Amino acid sequence: MTSDVAPQTAIDLLRRMERIRLLEEAIAERYPEEKMRCPTHLSTGQETVPSAIGVALRRDDQVFSTHRSHAHYVGKGGDLGALVAELYGKAGGCCGGRGGSMHLSDRSVGFVASTAIVANSIPLAVGAALANRLLGNGRVGCALFGDAAVEEGVFSESVNFAALRALPVLFVCENNQYSVFTHLRDRQPAGRRIHEMVAAMGVRTVVGDGNDALAVLAAVEDAAAHARNRKGPVFLEFATYRWREHCGPFYDNDLGYRTAGEFEAWRARDPVARLEGELVSRGDLDAAGLRSLQESVRAEVAAAFDVAEASPFPPAADAYRELFVAQDGMPSQGSHTE
Amino acid sequence: MTARSITYAAAIHEAIQTAMTLDERVICYGLGVPDPKGVFGTTLGLQEQFGAERVFDMPTSENAMTGVAVGAALAGLRPVVTHQRVDFFLLAMDQLVNSAAKWRYIFRGEMAVPLTIRLVIGRGWGQGPTHSQSLQAWFAHVPGLKVVMPSLAADAKGLLLASIADNNPVVFLEHRWLHNQAGAVPEGDYRVPLGKAAVLREGADVTLVGMSFMTMEALRAAEHLAGRGVTCDVVDLRTIAPLDWDTVLGSVSKTGRLLALDTSWITGSVAGEIVARAATECWEALKCAPQRLGLPDFPVPAGYSLTRGFYPTACDVVRKVEQMLGRELGAEALAIPADEHHDVPGEWFKGPF
Repeated sequence: MTSDVAPQTAIDLLRRMERIRLLEEAIAERYPEEKMRCPTHLSTGQETVPSAIGVALRRDDQVFSTHRSHAHYVGKGGDLGALVAELYGKAGGCCGGRGGSMHLSDRSVGFVASTAIVANSIPLAVGAALANRLLGNGRVGCALFGDAAVEEGVFSESVNFAALRALPVLFVCENNQYSVFTHLRDRQPAGRRIHEMVAAMGVRTVVGDGNDALAVLAAVEDAAAHARNRKGPVFLEFATYRWREHCGPFYDNDLGYRTAGEFEAWRARDPVARLEGELVSRGDLDAAGLRSLQESVRAEVAAAFDVAEASPFPPAADAYRELFVAQDGMPSQGSHTE
Repeated sequence: MTARSITYAAAIHEAIQTAMTLDERVICYGLGVPDPKGVFGTTLGLQEQFGAERVFDMPTSENAMTGVAVGAALAGLRPVVTHQRVDFFLLAMDQLVNSAAKWRYIFRGEMAVPLTIRLVIGRGWGQGPTHSQSLQAWFAHVPGLKVVMPSLAADAKGLLLASIADNNPVVFLEHRWLHNQAGAVPEGDYRVPLGKAAVLREGADVTLVGMSFMTMEALRAAEHLAGRGVTCDVVDLRTIAPLDWDTVLGSVSKTGRLLALDTSWITGSVAGEIVARAATECWEALKCAPQRLGLPDFPVPAGYSLTRGFYPTACDVVRKVEQMLGRELGAEALAIPADEHHDVPGEWFKGPF
């Protein structure tokens, strides 16, 4: 099945993954400069799922994300300069400096937004799907979240309603096993399989290896078609691993909450290196082509930092604007007021 | 435009019906919306008229369904979500405070959240500690939310239509004791602008500021006081956030005396905020210390005897004015007689709900 992926599509997938990897690593490298003065949750090691979402979904499908949002934004095709400028708190940031790392948005590519409270954005994707159904626009909503989010009540509430109304929405869980420092074994009962729990709620579920990019892509494409064809929501769970610390630019294997052996085992299954190898062996890319792709992504990332550096800071007065929309939004019919 | 006498509940029904007729993006859902009682009659027949895609019941999932409304609003709909008690809605504070209120601001004004949340507040008939809270001060505390509390039937309709038309999240608080109160309500697409208070009665001596059911107590007190030679401005706030400071402070500057009435606990209340603003901005005009009346800072008990005297009434308003003016004004004439029930607004309200 995965060998069916067209070369162009596979290269698109790899390019998105390289973007995420190189951007996150650049952020980690430059974070100590103290110009990115906001918390950052990096996704190094978790490049696969966001990239597959970006390739498989339509540009106008609506993606909602979490505190660990850079990869989701970049995977869907979000503008890199606007992301980095947002981390810098600059006027050219995607939220003009109001959101920081955890609130990203690029509606031109269907990345509606990320929000910072665990599981908070899941019902928003369901609401978008409800609107899509009523408006008949054929779009699919998509909520991205981690394994801790399924412990929030709002997750179950959202899945229940989506199943009840057979809404066109994907629930995509990147299971990296940890909520900050706390492992799944301390949060969920032994033997629990998250996708099995969700299957019992009456939605289609898929489980997969989050380091196998071509397989993840096939699974997401299949799920999106299912949801778009009015067959109801799909829950997808992919095993993955966050290489760096929960929040910040460093590695934290010295803290003792996870073993160096565990980390090394996951790093040995590096999803980016794996896809690079697969594309070369499939003949989609030769070594020179791969180097050229990496160089062009490296240049994109460098340019994104240049955009951020060059962008001005918004004036302090910008903090006191745009609280409310001034104009009403409903047509009137000879409406009259007192 | 013709106005006829209908109840506050019927006025709310008419507002939703009008909005759904005018704009097919308006949807309406909530626990019990299409059920045989239709949220105190306010949603009866709407599903039959507009279809189950636009009017529907919901799972008992207050938080997610508020998030669903935010997501639907972002994607182009104009949801009206109803809860039969404000207390249940507390489960949805994450979506209200972290999503609805913040969205437009965080994302630079590029996305709007046209969302109306109807919440019922009330008192009496043993509603007790978790079925009768009046939490407008919580909502008004959060930048990015509009908070509306109509008192008159006409305003219930006009403010609800304006809320649904508004491109911002609006918390719309209806008082259960007002649902059966009738008044002249204009027909058609009648809107009352948000953020504008109404002066329901003009006077020279005292400014009574009320909201929701406390405006009714203010009007009764003002009528009594007029008979004793004391005239009052009765300012009905109508919108709690944004609050119409021009009207409130203008009246206080004129009369020099302020009594702010609140349906909720006194500490951290909207009435407290009004007293603070009057003290800081009308200091020179004040003839006596500004005052406020609200609930004692205790949970509301359910039992019949325990609630006697718990809620301030017109009698308490007049007593406070007596203190402010330093003279006796016959407050006792407004006291609820010992042989009359204090826990119902009238014969129509018999519980159980």
